[in-house]
Amino acid sequence: MTFLSYLISGISLGSIYAIIALGYTMVYGIAKMLNFAHGDVIMVGGYMSFIAMINFGWPPLLAVLFAIVVCTVLGILIEQLAYKPLRSAPPLAVLITAIGVSYFLQNAALLIFSANPKSYSSVIPFDALRLFNGQLVISGTTIVTIIVCIVIIIALNTIVNKTKIGKAMRAVSEDKDAAQLMGISVNKTISVTFAIGSALAAVAGVLLCSAYPILMPTTGAMPGIKAFTAAVFGGIGSIPGAFLGGILLGIIEILGKAYISTQLSDAIVFAVLIIILLVKPTGLLGKKVLVKV
Amino acid sequence: MLNVTGIQVFYGNIHAIKDVSFHVKEGEIVTLIGANGAGKSTILKTISGLIRPVSGTIEFLGQSIVNVSSHKIVHKGLVHCPEGRRLFLQMSVEENLEMGAYSREDFDMDAEIADVYQRFPRLKERRKQLAGSLSGGEQQMLAIGRAMMAKPSLLMLDEPSMGLAPILVEQIFEMIGGLNNSGTTILLVEQNAQMALSIADRGYVLETGSIVTTGNCTDLLNNERVKKAYLGG
Repeated sequence: MTFLSYLISGISLGSIYAIIALGYTMVYGIAKMLNFAHGDVIMVGGYMSFIAMINFGWPPLLAVLFAIVVCTVLGILIEQLAYKPLRSAPPLAVLITAIGVSYFLQNAALLIFSANPKSYSSVIPFDALRLFNGQLVISGTTIVTIIVCIVIIIALNTIVNKTKIGKAMRAVSEDKDAAQLMGISVNKTISVTFAIGSALAAVAGVLLCSAYPILMPTTGAMPGIKAFTAAVFGGIGSIPGAFLGGILLGIIEILGKAYISTQLSDAIVFAVLIIILLVKPTGLLGKKVLVKV
Repeated sequence: MLNVTGIQVFYGNIHAIKDVSFHVKEGEIVTLIGANGAGKSTILKTISGLIRPVSGTIEFLGQSIVNVSSHKIVHKGLVHCPEGRRLFLQMSVEENLEMGAYSREDFDMDAEIADVYQRFPRLKERRKQLAGSLSGGEQQMLAIGRAMMAKPSLLMLDEPSMGLAPILVEQIFEMIGGLNNSGTTILLVEQNAQMALSIADRGYVLETGSIVTTGNCTDLLNNERVKKAYLGG
């Protein structure tokens, strides 16, 4: 029974990683860049929902929507101001810029909200579910996190496979020039991708702070790195890969903490990543592209 | 319909296109022929906005398109079917066709796709397959089908015969003739000069970035220089 409870916590934590990893992987797939500021957008989402609930006294659902709107706008702004001017710059310049944006967001948060941790109250009002005569307790946050993740993955899959903009995203991801020759605006498509990724980051921020209720300017950094690992683990650029990678990473982390060592859990996570990449360099679901001439 | 005047294109220090001027009139098939590396593909990329010329003007339907971005040029009805096909290999045949029609609004997608399938029945058989799983010939059909989906008024085709068996080349060229008959103006870039000159109205011969000869196709087919260089004596 304890194993089951660990497994469920793992899936829940993994769901948060998966939602963040989706943002990483979509932006990578389409703009071919690693947006290292993505983790800090999570933190902004956390603070925005916190302010909306505590300072404005808004109900949780409205606070979540507020966080989503702010993060979406922030994501588009970051892309327009920091990354768009570097569209034809070498990848290293873009990478360094992304790290710069990440530090900028962390320090801006430090300036505005100070380094004092805020104690976040969960946005999820449901009571814990008690099963097997109370031997297995699953918190409302855990249940909602898993459900939200499943809804997001289904929605994203539908967008990417069925809608016009989603297909345009896949086209841009495969061949920018050819996509332009179809009449697709590459800039617009990249903007939409950043908007979706940042909205997901806001959701992840709210869920993360609900599960681990300490909010600081560096709150997004470590989950951001872990989710990036999850995206690489699953095969960067692949949406099902980000989902699978996130869930597996969450499970490995929680089980590692429970059965091996609390201190070593992060080391275990990254060791698994290294092994997977040695065996399958494209990640679990990464594609090898064959080109016919 | 298309007027290109005095364009100069550089790749770094390399002067790739030197003062090239030509035009295409509505309803024509015009071909640019020349050896590998003569600059044919570069000219098409410059017209479709993927490369910017250093100087010169490009007018389509009376409007300058020299500083218009690629995706907007497509919306004007000037469509470029690029060299090497450049299909979306991870997307299905049908999705590739849908992408071809991306620039259009208010039209019947199913009817247009059915029209392409009628011209290329092979594609219908493989509609759900990934484009990457098609043979070279099928991929070329898909590339042309995808370009047709945009309903171009001027279609630029870059090396449609490349890497294809002679029987397929015949089919593709018949197809191009058919498209032209149904009202599409065509600018055709080819290394296969014989085939290109056999269906085109006029041709331009390109050597190391400059136009060296021009004329209607019968004249070019009989031109000694063209014969020697491109038609095998």
